[in-house]
Amino acid sequence: MPNSKRNLKKTVEEQAGEARPECFQEVIQRLNSYWGSRGCAVLQPYDMEVGAGTFHAATTLRALGPRQWAAAYPQPSRRPTDGRYGENPNRLQHYYQYQVIIKPSPPDLQELYLGSLEAIGLPLREHDIRFVEDDWESPTLGAWGLGWEVWCDGMEVSQFTYFQQVGGHDCRPVSGELTYGLERLAMYVLGVEHVMDMPFNPPDAAIPLTYGDVFRQTEREYSRWNFDVADTEMLLRHFEDAEVECRRILEQPAIDPRMSANGANVMAHPAYDQCIKASHLFNLLDARGVISPTERQAYIARVRTLAKLCADAFVQTEAGGGGETAARAH
Amino acid sequence: MPELLLELFSEEIPARMQARAADDLSKMVGAGLKAAGVAFGESRAYATPRRLTLHIVELAAETEAVREELKGPRTDAPEKALEGFLRKTGLTKDQLEARDDKKGQVWFAVIERPGRQARDIIAELVPDVVRKFPWPKSMRWGAGDLRWVRPLRSILCILSENGAATVVPFEIDGIESGDVTAGHRFMGDGTFRVGGFADYAEKLRAQNVLLDPAERAAAIEEGMAALAKKAKLEIVPDLGLLREVVGLVEWPVPLVGEVEERFRSLPPEVLQTSMKEHQKFFSLRDPKSGQITGFVTVANIEAADGGAKIVAGNQRVLRARLADAEFFYHNDLKNGLESALEKLQLVTFHNKIGDQSSRIDRIRQLSREISPLVGADPDLSDRAAQLAKADLATEMVYEFPELQGLMGRYYAQAAGEPAEVSTAIEAHYQPLGPTAAVPTEPVSIAVALADKIDTLTAFWAIDEKPTGSGDPFALRRAALGVIRILLETEKRIRLRGLFAERIRGFEASETVADDLLAFFADRLKVYLRDDGVRHDVIDAVFRLPGQDDLVDVTARVRALQELLGSETGANLLAAFKRANNILTAEEKNDGVEYSLDPNPRLAEEAAEKALFAALDAADAAIGPRLDQEDYPAAMGEMAKLRAPLDAFFDDVIVNSENDIIRRNRLCLLNRIRVTMGKVADFSAIEG
Repeated sequence: MPNSKRNLKKTVEEQAGEARPECFQEVIQRLNSYWGSRGCAVLQPYDMEVGAGTFHAATTLRALGPRQWAAAYPQPSRRPTDGRYGENPNRLQHYYQYQVIIKPSPPDLQELYLGSLEAIGLPLREHDIRFVEDDWESPTLGAWGLGWEVWCDGMEVSQFTYFQQVGGHDCRPVSGELTYGLERLAMYVLGVEHVMDMPFNPPDAAIPLTYGDVFRQTEREYSRWNFDVADTEMLLRHFEDAEVECRRILEQPAIDPRMSANGANVMAHPAYDQCIKASHLFNLLDARGVISPTERQAYIARVRTLAKLCADAFVQTEAGGGGETAARAH
Repeated sequence: MPELLLELFSEEIPARMQARAADDLSKMVGAGLKAAGVAFGESRAYATPRRLTLHIVELAAETEAVREELKGPRTDAPEKALEGFLRKTGLTKDQLEARDDKKGQVWFAVIERPGRQARDIIAELVPDVVRKFPWPKSMRWGAGDLRWVRPLRSILCILSENGAATVVPFEIDGIESGDVTAGHRFMGDGTFRVGGFADYAEKLRAQNVLLDPAERAAAIEEGMAALAKKAKLEIVPDLGLLREVVGLVEWPVPLVGEVEERFRSLPPEVLQTSMKEHQKFFSLRDPKSGQITGFVTVANIEAADGGAKIVAGNQRVLRARLADAEFFYHNDLKNGLESALEKLQLVTFHNKIGDQSSRIDRIRQLSREISPLVGADPDLSDRAAQLAKADLATEMVYEFPELQGLMGRYYAQAAGEPAEVSTAIEAHYQPLGPTAAVPTEPVSIAVALADKIDTLTAFWAIDEKPTGSGDPFALRRAALGVIRILLETEKRIRLRGLFAERIRGFEASETVADDLLAFFADRLKVYLRDDGVRHDVIDAVFRLPGQDDLVDVTARVRALQELLGSETGANLLAAFKRANNILTAEEKNDGVEYSLDPNPRLAEEAAEKALFAALDAADAAIGPRLDQEDYPAAMGEMAKLRAPLDAFFDDVIVNSENDIIRRNRLCLLNRIRVTMGKVADFSAIEG
């Protein structure tokens, strides 16, 4: 667990790197290094399309149950409606979030967070950092929490949330969740005006690459597919398939005959994958403009129902503290 | 006498909740002290983003001992009574005293409460206040169970006297009270001990925290004024924003920045709204051109570089924001209101009422109908109504809903619409608040009335009326808007017919129109109440048939209230009540209505004859005055009935033994009711 003592001790990279980072990947590396040295397991992105770092099972599911948890990871996220063919300086349909989740939220989480800003080259005595009220809610995940959007010189650079509920379950203990908008933050630190101009790797590398070199092509292609080409009937079919499969997985009996001593093996994660899929398919349908405002609410409710079922399942698993909760109840 | 200092130190408290929370803290602790019998002097609470602080002076160090005697049941009373008394007093039977009373021996309980230390009382009180604190939204954190608005980090609670402080010891969910706090998050120098309120405020200031929100507000205003003066610009005042910003900083440092030249041609309201909503910037205006050319951001830190990086960062964010706004504005101008209208028409307004297209058609039709009544050109009203809602489908209003109407006006102007039309597009939403201005141009009045009446009749027709607990479609506000426009511009419109026709269009029952009119009567009462107009006087007028012209109703109401305020009026009312009471009682006894014309030839007494004459004169005089809407004069004519009425009741016995005479007199009473009833329904008036 992170604590304030460790907070004061800086890693070698931080001491060496008090200077500004020089490229996008260095911002990610510094965050990995910072949070890794403060007790977080540094994970890799979830291997599915998600709308935000919160959807990673390491956040959504692990926020549930009584067990301690600390993880940090970058997460490529997709918001099909935000596609601008790579032309808008700030808007992308595929972008990166950096996510930190610690359960229970430590008393010095704000200080830890502020330390991470210094670590990526924002000296706290030169910038105006503010915690501005922002209540977070994810209708698709049946989740909400209270916290702030963190402003740096008038720009929102992170979301800071104390999870109160996920998948309809009260969070006990409460997780502290941090979400950094990586492109925006990196552009600010690097002093870049257009995301596509941002150096991705060091500018003095043998083959220097900008963000545009890496992503302009994909932004253009996906924008077209998202808005005009994606087969809506297929998307709808896949949405329904995911929904059916999610429920089918969770309807299986808890006892797995292959497990020794007829142990329980509830499949919360495979079911949750289907919930994530349904959520992303809904976002694609939305970008294609085939969902009316009234239908929107109904689709969101369908995904939320899946998220709740997955949460119900996860708290029965060992990782979800199922045994412990049951033991306590008896 | 000692003073109390309490500080609840937490992570950042939402700005909008701070003032209320300070108030609640002061009230709750004050009430708790009072209930425990601790005397105290002034109590003041303060809030910053990270702390709620309470300072109470002249606190009694201890409460006085209390001796209380309670009289119980008689000693020979049933066991049950005694048990009840023991439960109530919390004593046992052997602790009671038997004393002689007038009615025999009675049990007495003597309860002595020794004085308690204020310190002990506070140590119990504060945890209770914290646990019950009424935050609009609260949360848990970590592994604890305590709820607070954001994680509560430490508690300072001391009693101090003559420079010596002692901690009031208690613990809440693992947080122990102490005498330590911290200064500014970035500029402060860690934690420090506090010896009393003056020491606390002084040390906080040294550690870059201004405790008092009023002082922070003053510092912001002064700082901004100096910056504006230096830049030769004026601040666009915004009290709401100031209040919010005060809650976002502990050490306010106003910094000035520039709006880039290329954005200055945007409507000033767009710049102001974007800067305020997204960035919490104050706008700086060039007094010569009226353009917004700069901004003030209030930082929470004196930066090492004098704020250069902060200003540069804020300008950078603003550039991106305004580039978006500029993009929306130019797109909207390019696409025009007509194209926005096409988009809007497909949108559902309400699933039981229909889409925006039919709504706009109705408002157009109604605007046309109302136009001649308010002196507007029907074609212009029609055009204004057609475009009035179109900006709801523009990109700018999608981004900033509060700019509805205003953007429509700009876009209509740019498209060369007539001035009356573009003005009405903005003004038809007026009045925007209970004291805000009403529209004054005829076309604006026509569309404003049509829009509101359409909303009211539509929601009435589908039976979606405001309830005690909610008014989600702001129908009370719409009705008040209609009332204020009609009364303040003195426009004469018969509402019932207008309502009935709309409601027929929705295929709802005709009685719905009467119900809506009754709602207007209620709203009118609320509106005129502030003017001291009595609700029963309004009822007395509304109960007359055909009262649906609010200007006329109000004139009559005011004249009537004036009359009732005089001695003559009060007497007249008493006479009416007397006549009405007798008549109602006799009609009930006899099972008939005495509604025939009384015969003057059957009048026996002089007073009776005089009343006949007076009623004839009143009938002849009141009618024309009412037709001329000269209500004071009509009231004056009616007031002449007072003396003959008084004389009649003094001299004449209605229930004569002669049945013919009796019936004639009862019919005469009815005639009083009929004559006075032309002016108002006096039976509605109280007293």
